[in-house]
Amino acid sequence: MNEPVYIAGVGIITAIGNNVAENLAAFQQEKAGMGDITLLNTIHRGNLPVAEVKLGNEALAQLAGISSKLSRTKLLSLVAAREALNDAAIPGFADLRSGFVSANTVGGMDKSEDFFVDFLNDNDKGKLRNVFDHECGSMTEVVGDQLGISDYMTTISTACSSSANAIFYGARLIKNDILDVVIAGGVDALAKFTLNGFNTLMILDKEYCKPFDDHREGLNLGEGAGYVVLVSDKVAKTLNKPLCCTLSGYNNSNDAYHQTASSPDGTGSYMAMQGALSKAGLQPSDIDYINLHGTGTPNNDSAEGTAITRLFGPDYPPMSSTKSFTGHTLGASGGVEAVFSVLAVKHGLIYPNLRFKTPMEDVPLTPETHYLEGQPIKNVLSNSFGFGGNCTSLIFSAV
Amino acid sequence: MKIYIRSTAAISAQKTFGYVPFLTEPIEYTGTRLSAIEPDYKDFVDPKLARRMSRIIKMGVAAAMQCLKDAGIEMPGAIITGTALGCQEDTVSFLTRIIELQEEMLPPTAFIQSTHNTVAAQIALMLKCHNYNNTFVHKGISFESALLDAIMLLKEGDANEILVGGTEEMTDTAFKILTRLGLYKRWPLSNFELYNTKSKGTIGGEGAVFFLLNDKPSTENLAELVSTKTFYKPKSNADIEKQIEAFLAKNNLTIQDIDLIITGKNGDLKNDAVYEALDGSLFANSSKAYYKHLCGEYPTSMSFALWLASNVIKRGEVPAVVADGEIKNKSPKKVLIYNHYQNSYHSLMLLSAC
Repeated sequence: MNEPVYIAGVGIITAIGNNVAENLAAFQQEKAGMGDITLLNTIHRGNLPVAEVKLGNEALAQLAGISSKLSRTKLLSLVAAREALNDAAIPGFADLRSGFVSANTVGGMDKSEDFFVDFLNDNDKGKLRNVFDHECGSMTEVVGDQLGISDYMTTISTACSSSANAIFYGARLIKNDILDVVIAGGVDALAKFTLNGFNTLMILDKEYCKPFDDHREGLNLGEGAGYVVLVSDKVAKTLNKPLCCTLSGYNNSNDAYHQTASSPDGTGSYMAMQGALSKAGLQPSDIDYINLHGTGTPNNDSAEGTAITRLFGPDYPPMSSTKSFTGHTLGASGGVEAVFSVLAVKHGLIYPNLRFKTPMEDVPLTPETHYLEGQPIKNVLSNSFGFGGNCTSLIFSAV
Repeated sequence: MKIYIRSTAAISAQKTFGYVPFLTEPIEYTGTRLSAIEPDYKDFVDPKLARRMSRIIKMGVAAAMQCLKDAGIEMPGAIITGTALGCQEDTVSFLTRIIELQEEMLPPTAFIQSTHNTVAAQIALMLKCHNYNNTFVHKGISFESALLDAIMLLKEGDANEILVGGTEEMTDTAFKILTRLGLYKRWPLSNFELYNTKSKGTIGGEGAVFFLLNDKPSTENLAELVSTKTFYKPKSNADIEKQIEAFLAKNNLTIQDIDLIITGKNGDLKNDAVYEALDGSLFANSSKAYYKHLCGEYPTSMSFALWLASNVIKRGEVPAVVADGEIKNKSPKKVLIYNHYQNSYHSLMLLSAC
């Protein structure tokens, strides 16, 4: 039960790149992924910036090797999950007990939106092939089948903390000796549903988002997928390449304050970070970099900042929100940022927090604003908080 | 470590909620859709809050609160739910408004409550429970995934007194779409005749069922949850048999040791062929029960089956309405539940008297 679980490979697709190498290059060039809406047919085009993956469905389908008629959610998921599995290059994968634990928040909503236009006019209309596979679990199933997963698949949906929960559920399946290898993370594609949803909450910034800045006005929605390959100690010993790191700590706590807003003192965030530290047997001073949830909304950044101040003050490790590059990828964000955290440990990187100028008045924290290489990084803390008070923190540690 | 079911509460299409007789007055429905009998929510939710809540949230919260009350637990160590389709009513409502209002002047409430974790979140909010909180949304094993999470938490020693449930609501929209997809029968029938028509399709259902799991022996416990297992896309009926036998063997049992098998028959020819093959082989000499004529078919219906099994063991009786043939042991001590979801996801649960 207390055996370590290692990360043997990673895969990612976001607005700043279609694979790991492209994402790292964008960080180095400090090049954000936001821009005008080009893929969604919405009245918000030209008004609200989003961070789109820079490939249409046809191109994505080609990359993924499946039909372009499938939900974009599946296409994104398969591209990143396959990169992760190839990266891990596990000898004898087919003979191991394998699992796929993926997260998303709106399943095949991109297709259901099309279906609904016709369905609303006449309940006997609307192409069923656009809706039969709507549910979140179908996204996981199609990708799992493509990856050759035979033993266990499941899907988690806890809003914006979804894929962080998927990753540590995956690790626990290994610790409980149920599986040997788990590909875990999450995906979400941009949809009119979520774009309009966040717009009604008035938390979308009309400019590019400014996480942790005093003049921040909200988040930019993004899309993408990020997966890590978790392996048992036994499998780790069979690999022909170095391990990326371990998942040393994790915690899921609930803010229990409001369905969408964070408590002013960041109770849930504090408990998640503290719980993850305690699970890893680490002190706050052991953390070398925090990958913030840092959405750029006034409420999140203030609550998260307060929790960090309470737990880490007065000596803060470098911190940044990579959402300033990728936008908020919702159900994918925990997976996307887990990949960035793993790469931070593996390559000694700290990512810049773009567009930060003025520390928040109530919580004056200063994120790192430059891309740094060659850093001595042993432990990285990654935060993912969501609607419903769901707060999850993960810690990735050097082997 | 032994894991116990301390309490359970079910809102279903039958009279199962609160202190009621054990399925002695089954309700007959004519049609292809069974709707849950909803309790008076004011005992569980502030009426002001309840007005804004969709049915799945109200059913989920009420079942969870009743379950905690029956266990005498004020603060669970974790809250975990499973739901395949989540908060459909709010999802459909927001989607409809996006189209009808052409993305302008949309009210946010439906969007806020549309996320799949709303039920688990609302329970946490009402209890001010800061503990572990998770929601699984994987088709026919959403509830099974939640249950596995609960079992692992208990084994890891990271939480105790775990509240775990399965929830699903049937909306007009989902019913229409699933009917068009051919899931349900094309003509109205009595749910009591579900297994007799030998035809394509089943009847739709919904419900909210919660359980309180712990690792403490007590005379109040309903049953021991000995083991659970899921398997995916078996190659053949023989493969299914092998999986079930291996599951029992791992628990040092054979099929002869099982007093009652609860199966997921749902009246659909193709679906039931899997169970009928077993009836002629591995299950040939076993006493069997079915349940989907009572609650309808829905992705988390295994939570209803687990409620049924827990009560069968605790009360020491098998309600006549669930008997699928002769019941040899009238007060079963060992109960196996076997369900499959469209022959993709297969699920086993083993319960024992404490």
